[in-house]
Amino acid sequence: MNTISNVSNQVMWNRLISVVEEQAQALVRTAFSTSVREAGDLSAGVYDTEGRMLAQAVTGTPGHVNAMADAVAHFIRRIGRENILEGDVYITNDPWEGTGHLHDITVVSPSFLNAELVGFFGCTAHIVDIGGRGFGADANSVYEEGLYIPIMKFANQGVVDKTLVNIVRGNVREPDQLVGDIYALATCNEIGHRRLIDMMQEFGLSQLDGIAEFILENSRRATIEKIAALPQKSATGEMTIDGYSHPVDLRVKLFIEKDHMLCDFEGTSGLDKKGINVPLVYTKAYACYALKCAVAPEIPNNAASLEPFRIVAPENSIVNALHPAPVALRHVIGHMIPDTVYAALDKLLPATVPAEGAGCLCNFQVSVRPRTDEPAPEGTVRSEVLTFNSGGAGARPQYDGLNATAFPSGVMTMPVEATENVGPVLIWRKELRPDSGGAGQFRGGLGQYMEVGVVEGHEFDFQAMFDRVDHPARGRQGGHNGGSTTIAQDDGTAMKGKGKQFVPHGRKVMLAFPGGAGYGDPKQRDPDMVKRDLARGYISASVAKQDYGLSDAEIQSVEDAVQRGENI
Amino acid sequence: MTQAIHRLGVDIGGTFTDVVLEVGDELFSTKVLTTYTAPEDAIIDGMHQVLKKAGLAPSAIGQIIHGTTLATNALIERRGAKTALITTEGFRDVIEMRTESRFEQYDLNLELPEPLLPRQSRLTLTERVNASGEVLCALDEAEIETVADTIAQAGYESVAVGLLHSYANPVHENMIRDVLTKRLPHVMVSLSSEVSPQMREYERFNTVVANAYIKPLMKSYLGRLEGRLKNEGVSCSIFLMHSGGGIISLESAADFPVRLVESGPAGGAVFAANIASKYGLDKVLSFDMGGTTAKICLIKNQTPKTSRVFEVARTYRFKKGSGMPISIPVIDMVEIGAGGGSLAHVDGMNQIRVGPESAGSEPGPACYGRGGDRPAVTDADLVLGKLDPDNFAGGSIQLHKDESGKALTTVIGDTLSMDQQTAAFGLAEVVDENMANAARVHAVENGEDLSEYTMIAFGGAAPLHAGRLCEKLSIDRLLVPPGAGVGSAIGFLRAPFSFEANRSVYMRLSDFDPSLITKLLGELQSEAISFVRSCDAESEILSEFKVYMRYSGQGWEIPVELSAAQVANPQVDVFQSRFEEDYTALFGRTVDGMDIEITVWAVNATTPAHAVQRVASESGSSEARVHGQRTMFDPAQSREVDAAIVLRNEMATGQTVQGPAAITEDETTIILPSSRRAVRQPDGCIDVLVGK
Repeated sequence: MNTISNVSNQVMWNRLISVVEEQAQALVRTAFSTSVREAGDLSAGVYDTEGRMLAQAVTGTPGHVNAMADAVAHFIRRIGRENILEGDVYITNDPWEGTGHLHDITVVSPSFLNAELVGFFGCTAHIVDIGGRGFGADANSVYEEGLYIPIMKFANQGVVDKTLVNIVRGNVREPDQLVGDIYALATCNEIGHRRLIDMMQEFGLSQLDGIAEFILENSRRATIEKIAALPQKSATGEMTIDGYSHPVDLRVKLFIEKDHMLCDFEGTSGLDKKGINVPLVYTKAYACYALKCAVAPEIPNNAASLEPFRIVAPENSIVNALHPAPVALRHVIGHMIPDTVYAALDKLLPATVPAEGAGCLCNFQVSVRPRTDEPAPEGTVRSEVLTFNSGGAGARPQYDGLNATAFPSGVMTMPVEATENVGPVLIWRKELRPDSGGAGQFRGGLGQYMEVGVVEGHEFDFQAMFDRVDHPARGRQGGHNGGSTTIAQDDGTAMKGKGKQFVPHGRKVMLAFPGGAGYGDPKQRDPDMVKRDLARGYISASVAKQDYGLSDAEIQSVEDAVQRGENI
Repeated sequence: MTQAIHRLGVDIGGTFTDVVLEVGDELFSTKVLTTYTAPEDAIIDGMHQVLKKAGLAPSAIGQIIHGTTLATNALIERRGAKTALITTEGFRDVIEMRTESRFEQYDLNLELPEPLLPRQSRLTLTERVNASGEVLCALDEAEIETVADTIAQAGYESVAVGLLHSYANPVHENMIRDVLTKRLPHVMVSLSSEVSPQMREYERFNTVVANAYIKPLMKSYLGRLEGRLKNEGVSCSIFLMHSGGGIISLESAADFPVRLVESGPAGGAVFAANIASKYGLDKVLSFDMGGTTAKICLIKNQTPKTSRVFEVARTYRFKKGSGMPISIPVIDMVEIGAGGGSLAHVDGMNQIRVGPESAGSEPGPACYGRGGDRPAVTDADLVLGKLDPDNFAGGSIQLHKDESGKALTTVIGDTLSMDQQTAAFGLAEVVDENMANAARVHAVENGEDLSEYTMIAFGGAAPLHAGRLCEKLSIDRLLVPPGAGVGSAIGFLRAPFSFEANRSVYMRLSDFDPSLITKLLGELQSEAISFVRSCDAESEILSEFKVYMRYSGQGWEIPVELSAAQVANPQVDVFQSRFEEDYTALFGRTVDGMDIEITVWAVNATTPAHAVQRVASESGSSEARVHGQRTMFDPAQSREVDAAIVLRNEMATGQTVQGPAAITEDETTIILPSSRRAVRQPDGCIDVLVGK
């Protein structure tokens, strides 16, 4: 190897990662959807002319990880190489060739240097509305879930397809926002393109082949080295979760081989009638993410570093739903895949992976409208408000679980003040939920309480997207389960964990999101940590006594110390 | 402001306290070790040293400008007061729940930083104000009394009050203060609606908590300092540098100590801005590189770019999100873990990684010969010929090239089959690329093209790397000012009195309300002016108006500056076109059919910038004297070249040096790549330009 060009390659790899990070940053700043701009539900990547991903921005969601890696190849095939022209911009929200549901728009732009195709930029963002029934689990097929945009040109040689824009505008609830977001996606690719061309000119490159080989070769070798160091064995993992109308069994068999790892989801439940089914591309993303976290966390995502993590599932199982299955809430099951994979991995690599956690994000969407039971007052409006929230994460072999922190998703919550500025929604409570973290030598992360209402004169539909109502996170190595999800109206009216439900004028929805499970025997927990948890109110006196064996005198002394303002 | 008085600039940094005395056109400076237990000791010591150099008595000092890292350090080291937070019921855990996300996606053992206050120190009251500032649930005074009892019983010294939507209506926060001041006169109270009246509860609550947390400490320190100086015979006023790049009174600083966070680096940016004024440069990138970090700031029209929020106390490799957000007016700086002591390693992908881990001063880089066996940036600089082993830090530290070579070979060369020199080249290129990337990303975020910029470099390690950075960023001109080692303290002396007042108030352009705008900006203006007036009773005070705007539905506002005339008679089409102009500059296009909204309003009151004497640029007359040659590696050409050695203090005004060359001085060395030549300017700046 020429060592000087090795130095250049090092610099260029750094540069490409910086380019995609910058591309993602541009998207956060220009996007309209709350999910992108506040929560970071987006991704961005750069590809070679074969559609192989060379670098990807680390953003809020692993759900786009493999999906993005595969997407550009689909675009090349569908558009046809001969039709790829300078100034083009391509678009799709195909759940199977994009990132798993119609609410993700993927935009891909070819990059040209001196009239030659040198690569592609791609980016994806979760948009708030795509028409249809709205964002929720209630559809019976993908046709009901909203407007479908097949892989096609959004702009042909720089000229935007006005017909497409008109069709999009005519089919969605927030047309200005959506079109604004599509433009933001296109702009963010353009920013990446400009920086790539600058880099190629600086290093005198006319194509990316050399640097692509350097990146892919080093990534492949590093990933395989990590895998080769593991025991070559197999194990199974299983987890049952709520599902929509009936419980869902997730089953996986994990094989560690010399140069790859394989997850086979044979034995997993079949399709659900409602929109919680998962296209394989999304299953791959989360299974692969789980393995990468445990085995090769520091290796950046690209075509070669992802390739050794192979994921298969029977067709029309719930983790490999085929068209036209409804898939809008694919994240609910998708976010449970890492815990399923870890159930197997724990048997092969002890003391590595966490106990089960809340899993899926505790998201809900509120569709507010003027009250219909009585004449609505002046100034009442219709509005769609989506919020992202997290339960507790599972305890780790050496650490407590993180309180109210998303895992495996990495998206951020929105500030309550921002949410209340978006529409006539009132969040009356959003705080930690004591005693919801499963007891253990290391405690599970706490879930959270929320109370949600709307401004006087309005009523609303509450679109629930929760799991772990009947199937709480399970402890590991003697750790206890985390707290379950609960949901009801403030007058006690029962509500379901999933689906759109009407909430009449004057009522609030009372939510308790699940906690993570504990790790190890609670009796082994450091007594000082138990006292600290009691002082902070992470646990109640009764849990301190029953689960952790604190005496009444010890409990009293902690409570007195808190009164005196002593830090424990 | 009169220039005739003698002024003292004091910067307390993590390691050194820098003191600069300005007497007419002359500067007397010194560095003394920071005295952590009583920081004022170092100031007094340094002050006497510079007074002695100048032959003056303490009474001769007419004004002291002080900046300090104490506020930042108190937050990083958690050395604040016993503090409680009072907040809205249902929102007790806002500062603990943060954004509910992990700042590092792939680390299963990630630990989040603890909030400044544990949960039992966060108390709640039943009350609620909505987003438009209407009271939905009135606050009961009796409930405040009960909370006051709890605070008294637990012995809290300082209380932060942060209620939901208090930026829109502070009535309940004010009520709480009234009760607490009456009941507990010795407890210090900070209100979020005063410290940071901006929307987004996590940032606002965290900011007011940080303020309350460091307030007793800072108040006591500032009081002691004032007393000590008086005892030493200093009778003048003391002012404080704030994070926004201006100075405020000691009293304001004691009330809002969170505004002192990052005041040292802010001084550095002001220092660079002042050089920019002298040279009439409108687009400047300041580059400050020391032992552990590098800081980059954009300076447009001789004014450092500012921002509304930043993050302090990052806990995880300087990673975004791993610290705590503080929303105050602040000079917008990018800080990365790249300094002379930053250590390198090779990761699993055979990539060289540099920093943020640093060798510190013990054992220091391998070349110090004190047992460091991992290569640092300084080791690469030495092997590449950028440093002279016999004349480092004025000859006070002997460098060992063989130790550098050994560390480079062991850690990098053996793994990547590179010889010593290529390993050093790789290390230096990676760290330079990291800094260049940070600068590029920062520029793109601000819609700027760096190739139109001039770089101003200061800090011990910056001149060694600035030339290569300019090549990477296509920047054609670089200025290395004299006194760069105490740049921040000099910057303090160049800062105007200023205070920025801001507030979150929503207004869509479709509901444009000129009379409300006039009233709001008028209030902010008088608030800001009163702070400045308390520092300077006579000077003219200028007002700068800025509104943060976005398309309705976006989450990211862009700052739009408005002239006094545009504000005096607010017109909707003017606001719209100003927004569209700036939006296009940043993002390339406007978005049709979207309403535009204003979220935050800001008025900065400031005394006029210090008058500067424009430097009549010299283009170069004669060659500077060359003291021999040394072999240096030129990264742009990937080969060794023979570099001339020139002593900076021998270079007379107008003398030139052609790269490749090393211009040496006690504190640092300016590396001139082959592509550049340098001219000494009349004010002592070394002006580095492209070409022969």
